[in-house]
Amino acid sequence: MSLKAPPAPSQPAANAAAAAAERHPSEREQAWQRDVLAPALEKSPERPAEFTTISGRPVQRLYTAADLPPDFDFERDVGFPGQPPYVRGIHPTMYRGRLWTMRQFSGFATPEQTNERYRYLLSQGQSGLSVAFDLPTLMGYDSDHAASEGEVGKCGVAIDSLEDMETLFRGIRLDQVTTSMTINSPAAPIWAMFLVAAERQGVAWRQLAGTLQNDILKEYIAQKEYIFPPGPSMRLVVDTIEFGARETPRFNPISISGYHIREAGSTALQELAFTLRDGMEYVEWALRRGLPVDAFAPRLSFFFNAHNDFFEEIAKYRAARKIWHRVMTERYGARDARSAMLRFHTQTAGVSLTAQQPYNNVARTAIQALAAVLGGTQSLHTNSLDEALALPTEHAATIALRTQQIIAHESGVANTVDPLGGSFFVEKLTLDMEQGAFAYFDRIDAMGGMVAAVEQGFPQREIADASYRYQQALEAKRKIMVGVNEFTAEEQPVPTLYIDESVREAQTAKLRALRARRDNGAVRRALDALKRAAAGDANVMGPLLESVRAYATLGEICDALREVFGTYEESALA
Amino acid sequence: MDRKIRVLVAKPGLDGHDRGAKVVARALRDAGMEVIYTGLRQTPEMIAAAALQEDVDCIGLSILSGAHNAIVPRLMELLRQHKLDDVLVVVGGIVPEEDAKALTASGVGAVFPPGSSLQAIIEFIQTHVRPAASLGAAPR
Repeated sequence: MSLKAPPAPSQPAANAAAAAAERHPSEREQAWQRDVLAPALEKSPERPAEFTTISGRPVQRLYTAADLPPDFDFERDVGFPGQPPYVRGIHPTMYRGRLWTMRQFSGFATPEQTNERYRYLLSQGQSGLSVAFDLPTLMGYDSDHAASEGEVGKCGVAIDSLEDMETLFRGIRLDQVTTSMTINSPAAPIWAMFLVAAERQGVAWRQLAGTLQNDILKEYIAQKEYIFPPGPSMRLVVDTIEFGARETPRFNPISISGYHIREAGSTALQELAFTLRDGMEYVEWALRRGLPVDAFAPRLSFFFNAHNDFFEEIAKYRAARKIWHRVMTERYGARDARSAMLRFHTQTAGVSLTAQQPYNNVARTAIQALAAVLGGTQSLHTNSLDEALALPTEHAATIALRTQQIIAHESGVANTVDPLGGSFFVEKLTLDMEQGAFAYFDRIDAMGGMVAAVEQGFPQREIADASYRYQQALEAKRKIMVGVNEFTAEEQPVPTLYIDESVREAQTAKLRALRARRDNGAVRRALDALKRAAAGDANVMGPLLESVRAYATLGEICDALREVFGTYEESALA
Repeated sequence: MDRKIRVLVAKPGLDGHDRGAKVVARALRDAGMEVIYTGLRQTPEMIAAAALQEDVDCIGLSILSGAHNAIVPRLMELLRQHKLDDVLVVVGGIVPEEDAKALTASGVGAVFPPGSSLQAIIEFIQTHVRPAASLGAAPR
């Protein structure tokens, strides 16, 4: 019985041959090949392994100046940190000035329980908050909705109303921490709850710093937590960008995310290209709204994955900065330097972690985090060793945070800026990433932009194909996953966090009390005003804030929007 | 009777992470089975109805969110009501070991945790579907 998989593609070999043909080795290098390398290979041939990155990109034995273009000018093409095209980093001193923000994504069960975890993490030296919401919240359902059964508090914290949002940040001054919120389809109403919670703490919106994920395109592409069709969804995103430009100058209204694209199985290049092209799509929609590019572009932020392949990841981050600088200045005419400066958060690759021998995940995460730091990230989440089993225990979450602290304070890598700059291999990979991304941009532009490409299923197909190729490589052991398809062992399970159904009961009881206590007439009036705004072209943030203040629940708000916008279902392709 | 093993791959619950469901669907198809993929956010009722209508031999559920205890027992009950209790049900995803034991006790054929090989899933289905289906589905 066989898998009947198509034969392994010979593409890497063809690519390697093409790359070799472009090289112009010096006489000394040619002499080395002849006098040193050839006899060595004769005596002891290389391992029969496939020398490719985890994305399937062939890697040569050695990189030299011959691998860079003949007209490559390091000072012009790579330059200096804090200076265009920002390949070496966005700050001239990088981590000598300030370390990256250690921002652990966290949330589970009730707002009360998550609030406790936040206070613990802050007491352990974490420097920013990052809220994980449960699936009903991500999908705009209240905890007592039928669709929420079995899901409440499981993958994150349950937030049903302003009351829950206030509980979540009890005892944490919102002007003293920066707060990131991983929320997409219902990003606008959740942000409204956050803004009103800050208001109730006496914190001015202008003082708030943080990030809303709010990236709906990658939901259609990869994570699939969408509610409304693409058009109205994009309008909501632009509403938040417009509102933020006016009211919250220190808050990033969007975090354009490659993380989920990569987790869904894309290659490093696809992650880079689709994410940046998503960013360009948001820029174009905001420009069509009439916003001047420099009024909003400085607050666009990004979010990338840190996967296993160390150098490929570092090249990805360096290329991202260079490409964003080029498209923002050349394609969109940005003048403000900050508009063309790509700032990003990184999370290590959840998908790379294994349920088998889970303590090995500490090592994987450390290597991935190191790549993110060497790539110049602004903030970082390191996954816990129990990632493939459950939401993290406090012990596992602490080790993950300590991993970052070890990199920051013990490894020495934060002492100098872009230590891998000038490496022939890293510079060549960076150039290849840049070239590959622009080739994808051309294809997506030809389809009519990213919304059109998503509707045609293009990025979805590219990712599904890549993920199947990788799975086949694992099955055939062309790629090794330690403890999974090689070096396996029987072992004792690790303790994990278990969330039971009592969370749903607690949230349901709170909802019942809230609906009995609040002024339901005021709720109805606020939701009617929201529907009118949604049906017209007024910015919905105002009516959303009013609905939140009246204690309309997230489910009620999203139902009002569903009524106006309709819902979206993708055609099931597998 | 010579027919391929028919498998309904379903993604119940609110979660949208469909990488695993899609990879498994494709692998089963490459292994010669007929695969119907339901798409996202299927209720147990929708899954049971699809299983009946498509006359499948096996249902593969992908659940990563922890909602298995709400979803799987309900589906098993519906299958019994529809007299589909000879349909093999397998679950893939993140399921705590204690819960996995309870699921298999309730009639689920197997629970495949993260890191399971495609080959193991294929072989399990081929050797555990009801006899009528497996007869004509010898691997070629």
